[in-house]
Amino acid sequence: MITAEQKPLQEIIGYIAPYGKILVVGCNECVTVCAAGGRKEVGLLASAIHLDRLKQGKTIDIKEITLERQCDPEYVEELVSSVGEVDAIVSMACGCGVQTIASRYKVPVFPAVNTKFMGASKSQGIWEERCQGCGDCMLGITGGICPVARCSKSLLNGPCGGTSDGQCEISPDTPCAWRLIWERLVELGIEDRYEELNMAKDWRPAGGAGPRRIIREDLA
Amino acid sequence: MKTESRLEKVLAAGHLAVTSEVGPPRGCGIEIVEKKANLIKDYVDGINITDNQTAMVRMSSIAGGVIVKQMGLDPIIQMVARDRNRLAMQADIIGAYSLGINTMLCLSGDHPKFGDHPNAKGVYDIDSINMINMVKNMRDEGIFQGGAEIKNPPKMFIGAAANPFADPFELRVARLAKKVAAGVDFVQTQCIFNLEKFETWMAGVVDRGLHEKVSVLAGITPMKSVGMARYMKNKVPGMDVPDEVIKRLEGVSKEKQPEEGIKMAIEQIQRLKECKGVAGFHIMAIEWEERVHEIVEGAGLYPRPEV
Repeated sequence: MITAEQKPLQEIIGYIAPYGKILVVGCNECVTVCAAGGRKEVGLLASAIHLDRLKQGKTIDIKEITLERQCDPEYVEELVSSVGEVDAIVSMACGCGVQTIASRYKVPVFPAVNTKFMGASKSQGIWEERCQGCGDCMLGITGGICPVARCSKSLLNGPCGGTSDGQCEISPDTPCAWRLIWERLVELGIEDRYEELNMAKDWRPAGGAGPRRIIREDLA
Repeated sequence: MKTESRLEKVLAAGHLAVTSEVGPPRGCGIEIVEKKANLIKDYVDGINITDNQTAMVRMSSIAGGVIVKQMGLDPIIQMVARDRNRLAMQADIIGAYSLGINTMLCLSGDHPKFGDHPNAKGVYDIDSINMINMVKNMRDEGIFQGGAEIKNPPKMFIGAAANPFADPFELRVARLAKKVAAGVDFVQTQCIFNLEKFETWMAGVVDRGLHEKVSVLAGITPMKSVGMARYMKNKVPGMDVPDEVIKRLEGVSKEKQPEEGIKMAIEQIQRLKECKGVAGFHIMAIEWEERVHEIVEGAGLYPRPEV
């Protein structure tokens, strides 16, 4: 899923300083799962903004809505009756949600979260990057461990010389992806596959050819 | 001969090769490059010029290489995948070769995190193995990485690094085999302090006959002090400094530690001369170029052959 973390409160407050009526919009998908921008976080952020205004001796009208999916125009349409009553929107969705709202309504939209990465949950409260969306998945030849996302240098042919105690040179908390790949290949008894050369990557499907698009003729 | 490289000629003639390195200055000091190169010039067959080593900005390796070339010496320019995409690499390789540089080293490069611009984005468009392959195809096929023909292609003698000490050890011979398959001509290894482990790795290299396809130059670094030895053991990623090395340096007074470090380096070379598959030595005397001659002479590697 797409992971996100809430921005520092002061940054959000800075964005909305000129406005008296705002709409805080959450999303029921990824940001709910990673506890950054779901219904609960919308409520908490609204309270924090209220409190800040009170401290300054001012007030603010805040409307709270959490959409099923903010990156989908069909759900974003649900805001149509509320948008007319506010000066600005604060979106707690990922960057896709913020932009879907911005493209639909002529009202300033501000992000309340920083969109981080495509990750998986390692354990309660911990998410780690697993995919960079390179558009040409090589997990089938790397034992199900991605060197593009998990090697700090995205090396395609093995570990650099900086691995220490099996960990990446950038941090003792980061496992060397190629150490993991090697161990997995050994575990599966196919370590000889390591020696197959992975040729220089074509970065076009990864975004090197400009913004990417999927068109499904059967659905469009 | 594939190239005009002096290093290639020395290796082809069956001599144990000797290379060393010059780190360019963090400013515009031509005289600094010249001074360092002058200290080692008569004792080596090629001089590595590092490329933004430890991710710190320095005079470019190619500029440093040209300075060394103009002194009538033989630069080996290093190139890291961290700082250039494949377009910039090929442009720089053509430029370097046009200015008389015929030997280069293809490296991944230390992560930007370690340097003085930790906010920089590492490029890593292609890895060191694909860089090797690209330089080989430029030379042998006369084509760019993108497939187009090159008019007057550069003919580089192609080097790379090998670290027998980084984890996982079991993979390290296979990693060299991949570099050989990609077209590498020589490798310079990480600094060797754990000789047994190096010899085990080398036995694996010889076992597969890789030493007949790639010249392995053993990396030698003299320790200046016990403090340096401890630092390298604890702080430098992928470095293997056994306790015996530290104990031996602790066993002599602080004033005598540099002498002891030089002596140890000479002993390592003497021992590794007997190691099958070792084709020469790469002496990395970190900011200690003035002592390289003692190591080369002490190890019986002087004078350097005329080729």
